[in-house]
Amino acid sequence: MTDDVDADKTAPSVTEAVRAATADISQPVRDVGLIVGVLFGVYALFAVFVFNQGLNSVVSTLRVVTFFIAVYAMLALALNLQWGYTGLFNIGVAGFMAVGVYTMGILAGDPAGSPPGLGLPLPFAIVAGMAAAAFVGLLTALPALRLRADYLAIVTLGISEIIRLTLNSGALNSWLIETVGIGTGAGSGMGLPSFSARGLFYVDGSTANQTALAEVVFAVTGPLGIRESVVIAWAYVFVLIVFVVGFYVLLARIGNSPFGRVLKSIREDELVASSLGKHTQLFKIKVFMLGCALMGLAGILWQGSQGFVSPNSFMPIVTFYVFVALIIGGSGSNTGSVVGAIVFVGLLFEGPRRAGGALSDALAFTANPNTSWEALTLVVSGEPLALFAYATDNISALQFVLLGVVLIVLMQKRPEGLLGHRNETAAAVPLTEQTRSIRGGESDEQ
Amino acid sequence: MSSDDVTADALATDATGDLSAPPESQDSPVERAAATTPPAVPLRVTNLKKTFGGITAVDDMSFSVESGSITGLIGPNGAGKSTTFNLISGALTPDSGTVYFNGQDITGLRPDQIATRGMVRTFQIARELPEMTVLENLMLAPKNQIGETLWRSVLPGVRGSVIEQETELREQAWETLEFFEIDHLATNEAGTLSGGQQKLLEMARALMTDPELVLLDEPMAGVNPSLERKILDRIHRLQEDGLTFLLVEHDMDVIMQHCEHVIVMHQGRLLAEGEPDTIRSNERVIEAYLGEDLE
Ligand SMILES: Nc1ncnc2c1ncn2[C@@H]1O[C@H](COP(=O)(O)OP(=O)(O)O)[C@@H](O)[C@H]1O
Ligand SMILES: [Mg+2]
Repeated sequence: MTDDVDADKTAPSVTEAVRAATADISQPVRDVGLIVGVLFGVYALFAVFVFNQGLNSVVSTLRVVTFFIAVYAMLALALNLQWGYTGLFNIGVAGFMAVGVYTMGILAGDPAGSPPGLGLPLPFAIVAGMAAAAFVGLLTALPALRLRADYLAIVTLGISEIIRLTLNSGALNSWLIETVGIGTGAGSGMGLPSFSARGLFYVDGSTANQTALAEVVFAVTGPLGIRESVVIAWAYVFVLIVFVVGFYVLLARIGNSPFGRVLKSIREDELVASSLGKHTQLFKIKVFMLGCALMGLAGILWQGSQGFVSPNSFMPIVTFYVFVALIIGGSGSNTGSVVGAIVFVGLLFEGPRRAGGALSDALAFTANPNTSWEALTLVVSGEPLALFAYATDNISALQFVLLGVVLIVLMQKRPEGLLGHRNETAAAVPLTEQTRSIRGGESDEQ
Repeated sequence: MSSDDVTADALATDATGDLSAPPESQDSPVERAAATTPPAVPLRVTNLKKTFGGITAVDDMSFSVESGSITGLIGPNGAGKSTTFNLISGALTPDSGTVYFNGQDITGLRPDQIATRGMVRTFQIARELPEMTVLENLMLAPKNQIGETLWRSVLPGVRGSVIEQETELREQAWETLEFFEIDHLATNEAGTLSGGQQKLLEMARALMTDPELVLLDEPMAGVNPSLERKILDRIHRLQEDGLTFLLVEHDMDVIMQHCEHVIVMHQGRLLAEGEPDTIRSNERVIEAYLGEDLE
């Protein structure tokens, strides 16, 4: 027993070494440090790709990267609540996002727009979007959670695709417009009330009339050559980061509570939890609905910023990406979810594209083959770089190969995720060895 | 005629009476009888039956457990003991028959509803929650935890009362761990414990629900002799505190020495019931255990 523990400790591992070196720093501080460290590592990488295009380019690229990191972090956190904490295998993430976004879009949309909306206030529409996602979650969970665990996976995938195809339906859209006076836009999509931080910078949207905040910020960024539009886009990303922190705090609180303890026990062994008096169905339904509401919100914050949404934004691949982010960081850990989102977006999602672009620019290939066969024949005929040029040109296809390789290696070498095995205390009070001595001291006094 | 046969006969009559009246009826004779003497018989099962495909795992089982007793449930492997536990605790629903707990019909209730009423069970193969620490395992069990409500666990204002209760539960968990002498393992993940330690953990966790009746499924299987003595000692101490035990055990000796009342199952059916001495000399029991060491 003790030998096993010692063996674990002596196993060579970078994270273990880091952990040992930072043992006297408290866990939350270390976690924030870890997140910020990984984030700036990814930033450094991207800065290298685009540094030759000037500071505005760098800042703008980092904004795009951070935007995706933030939305994937929110989605990974929401999925972590369902899958990581409770073991609910939801592979319909994209569908619940769609319900949130479309509900928001229909409620807040312009009644004179195409498709027409109801023109209700935006905050109400956002909350209603979350509620709708939770409600669809309830409808999905009610029948599926009674059955075996794997049924939930099948049902969620099915529901997610049904939602996407329904939104895509032109017949439904015209029928809705005729009978109710609102629509989904079907395949051609729907305009959304645009979420932007412009209001923070310009009074009444006029660029000539700047707010006090804008004057201060632009005074710094202007001389650096950073465009105002980039700054405004960054401000929205900061709003997203605030939401990520909110998600994180919410989940951490849930995890460190008796409620979270029951979730964890359901994941470990549902029959044990119910034999100890926990109404596990109720817990699962609550947590599934909450997770779906958070997915809806993440979807709203993501798509809303683009002012437009179409069913194509909710392909099953989005769900897959969220799973990849969660698995990379380590399912079950909130810090892991965020780190996973950073690594996924940085190294697997945005990274390869930028790297490919930077490489082909830098190398300025002479040969530009269009097929792999052409590339191979060029290599044979004495143009060794041709295959490489072909690869960098087709980086988006290679991205999937990379994704697969990374997942396989990860599963083999680190099935617990990058952060390794984490155990975030499932109680509202510390459960360390010291709590016994505190107790002992108290009983001595009596 | 031995006394255990008399008991079995009496129960059989009892059971027939049961069948004639719908179990839901408030006026059924059994309900009324149970209502007049509820503390004496916390658990009573009548005509319990369960089939799995072609196999009849439990067939027409009727017995009762007296308050404050340690009742043994024995029988050869595959006799249907664990299935009986699953039927009583709500993990499985019986095909027919009724389970009464403190006079109330609890047949078909969910396991959590039954546990909340004060009947808790352990599993034959220890089911620790492997990635939770030993302390977390114990703190999961108590009933009426205010922090199990989602909004209470999240909203800032009300979390104070949750923390207060958590501190009490942690204290209670430490005490229980000390009682079972596994307090040195408190912060370990339950999955790293040895088989015997996991058995102790399961008992400790069951006790944290503050039960009246504890169903233990082979708590001493695969446990070394000194740990076995420890477990038996704890069971007796808890019995002195007023708990009732129904104990499945493979080892005849243990049952004979430690139980006031013994129920013998064979091929899903009740074979005999009575005091250890009469069971020991029962021909049918000896036959059923043929080849096994009865001493
Ligand atoms: N879930 C199940 N599915 C099918 N058969 C089962 C199941 N559980 C138990 N059985 C069968 O029921 C019989 C009784 O098993 P069990 O109650 O585990 O016996 P015991 O605990 O007395 O050893 C055995 O024949 C066993 O194979
Ligand atoms: Mg058994």
